[in-house]
Amino acid sequence: MSRPRVALFVTCLVDAMRPRIGFAALATLEAAGCEVVVPEAQTCCGQPALNSGDRATAEDLARRTIAMLEPFEAVVIPSGSCAGTIRSHYPEILEHDPEWLARAQAVSAKTYEIMAYLDEVRGWRPDDVTLPATKAAYHDSCSGLRELGIKAQPRRLLKAVEGLDLVPLKGEETCCGFGGTFCVKYPAISNAIVEEKAAAIEESGADLLLAGDLGCLMNMAGKLHRRGTPVRAFHTIELLAGMGDGAAIGEPA
Amino acid sequence: MSGFTDRADAALADRILKIAVERTAGTAEAKRAIAVDAFPDFDRARDRAAAIKDHVIAHLGYYLEQFEANAVAAGARVHWARTADEACRIVIDLCKAAGARSVARSKSMLGEEIGLPHALAEAGITRVETDLAEHIIQLADERPSHIIWPAMHKTREQVSALFKARHRTPHEEETIAAMAESARRELRTQMLGADVGISGANFLIADTGAICTVTNEGNAELSLVPPRMQIVTAGIEKIVPSMAHATHMLRMLARSATGAALTQYTTFYTGPRRPGDRDGPEEMHIVLVDNGRTTMREEGLAEMLRCIRCGACMNHCVVFRQIGGHAYGGTYPGPMGAVLTPVLDGLAKSRDLPNACTLNGKCQEVCPVRIPLPTLLRGWREKSWREGLEPKTMRAGLGVWAWFARRPALYRMASGMALRSMRVLGRGWISKLPLADGWTAHRDMPAPEAQSFMAQYKKGRRR
Ligand code: SF4
Repeated sequence: MSRPRVALFVTCLVDAMRPRIGFAALATLEAAGCEVVVPEAQTCCGQPALNSGDRATAEDLARRTIAMLEPFEAVVIPSGSCAGTIRSHYPEILEHDPEWLARAQAVSAKTYEIMAYLDEVRGWRPDDVTLPATKAAYHDSCSGLRELGIKAQPRRLLKAVEGLDLVPLKGEETCCGFGGTFCVKYPAISNAIVEEKAAAIEESGADLLLAGDLGCLMNMAGKLHRRGTPVRAFHTIELLAGMGDGAAIGEPA
Repeated sequence: MSGFTDRADAALADRILKIAVERTAGTAEAKRAIAVDAFPDFDRARDRAAAIKDHVIAHLGYYLEQFEANAVAAGARVHWARTADEACRIVIDLCKAAGARSVARSKSMLGEEIGLPHALAEAGITRVETDLAEHIIQLADERPSHIIWPAMHKTREQVSALFKARHRTPHEEETIAAMAESARRELRTQMLGADVGISGANFLIADTGAICTVTNEGNAELSLVPPRMQIVTAGIEKIVPSMAHATHMLRMLARSATGAALTQYTTFYTGPRRPGDRDGPEEMHIVLVDNGRTTMREEGLAEMLRCIRCGACMNHCVVFRQIGGHAYGGTYPGPMGAVLTPVLDGLAKSRDLPNACTLNGKCQEVCPVRIPLPTLLRGWREKSWREGLEPKTMRAGLGVWAWFARRPALYRMASGMALRSMRVLGRGWISKLPLADGWTAHRDMPAPEAQSFMAQYKKGRRR
């Protein structure tokens, strides 16, 4: 198989809060036969500006990000919401500028959420990743699910992990209440939503919580911890990279 | 801060409200899922529904004229109202001309939108709500909290108590049947004595001039058949070209709203009583209301005019399910209300609504006419930003972040400093984070690793 030159966009949240997700992505992409480059100029895809209504900043960051990603064969992101921003929203916000629209479309077409890329494009499976018998609940993060159709891919990949048993989670497609800046702008509403999510996770009997977006994971794990629930949370890619025996979100490294 | 946040806080503190909303919305969600699964190719049916509405909205003038001509030919009179006030004035003038002292009204969100209950009261006209839920909120002196179940915020137990206090011959037992019977006794005589019947319309059928209404109680019929005069108020976007289009929309409406294949009562009216008819009103008036709809079409909100008021978006909305409909503060709640209220009440008054949304996209996923609600909400956020309506602290914060985000080297320096100061607060979980107390008031924050990904990567770490 060819060895595609892939740009890894780690997302601003992963960069700052949980670098190991970035390294897990790097490791799995290499294992899947890619030559991985981490472009140094990356900061943020601009989603906070886009969702706050600051269109000018969103457009500016979109142009910078597009120019940075153009040289690569594919762009892979360990986040459904950032991948969704580049894939669905960049062409939308640059629609009025024909030259940039074309460039946005070209980058959009080769940008992937990491589960979709590993599963659909590379046909990769996590060989010999094993866990002691573990029950895991999987939360379908909204942007990945609804903007990119990420649903079966992570489940197919997780099935290959020995010892892991995916248990049903009530309301697995229901938003956890994170919503980017929503959780700090409307903390009380956000809290009511995540309380329900935490209760559903507890009810599922899972030892492990998995999802594909760090924002949602921090929200749910932070709530579970505040409630005193000993469920450990990981980004799916960490588990697939065999890093499930390391420190979970919020555990001292 | 704002009225919205206060109302939302009050709603969050109200455990009974939460139970009431969850009961109805939860049931509706489950039933819709079953109905949609059983519908062959629901997605294509939705495409068709959206296309029907788009076509009509693009040729609104043509279909409205056709509708008017056919309605007039059938003996109805058609009135045009640009604003809510104009619409109310037309209705009140008609009632006065008919010498009406009481009107029987069946639930109509447009009536709520234009403030008709209030206008009738001001004109000294007694209003009998024929819809059970509307009757409940009339007794409680409240506003609807949902567009399909106006009294969904009340539990059965609360309604029972209300009836016991306010009905002349209240029910004995607390069963739904007993309560409905009590309301029926209360309302029947008043309804039959009303001089004028006022209803809304679910669809206006252009090629016949007919009005279509759907209810689950058959009360629209009761409010319209006995009185001498019938007044229908309808938004101009309610038009469909023909009966075939109306039936397609009806199938989408019922399934999306309640999961039923069809609503219990679906009624078509064409003109007033004709010679030889056994019943029906002597006069029929149709008031076609714009109230911001034309401007919506011109200002990038044309897709919102597809809305058939099914309520699916609110039934599936995580925010609505937590705070209920009243917290939204407008006539229409939930995601569709968050798009419409700024049109009706002005953005300055309602800027919270498009913001108080996680943009999770569920509303768009269930909308039978595929309205891109998150995109429309984002559009309002952009307008709000352009007009400087966002709080200053938020603008400033985002401004600083944006400045750094454009300068990767400085961005790394600044985020490195921020991360170091965060780590001072603890390893593992941080339970109190200055400047992010909205977060730590309710949940803990994981402390970041020693260095950012980029910093570690540059030092050669690869796994
Ligand atoms: S926006 Fe869509 S889902 Fe919401 S009420 Fe209107 S038609 Fe129904």
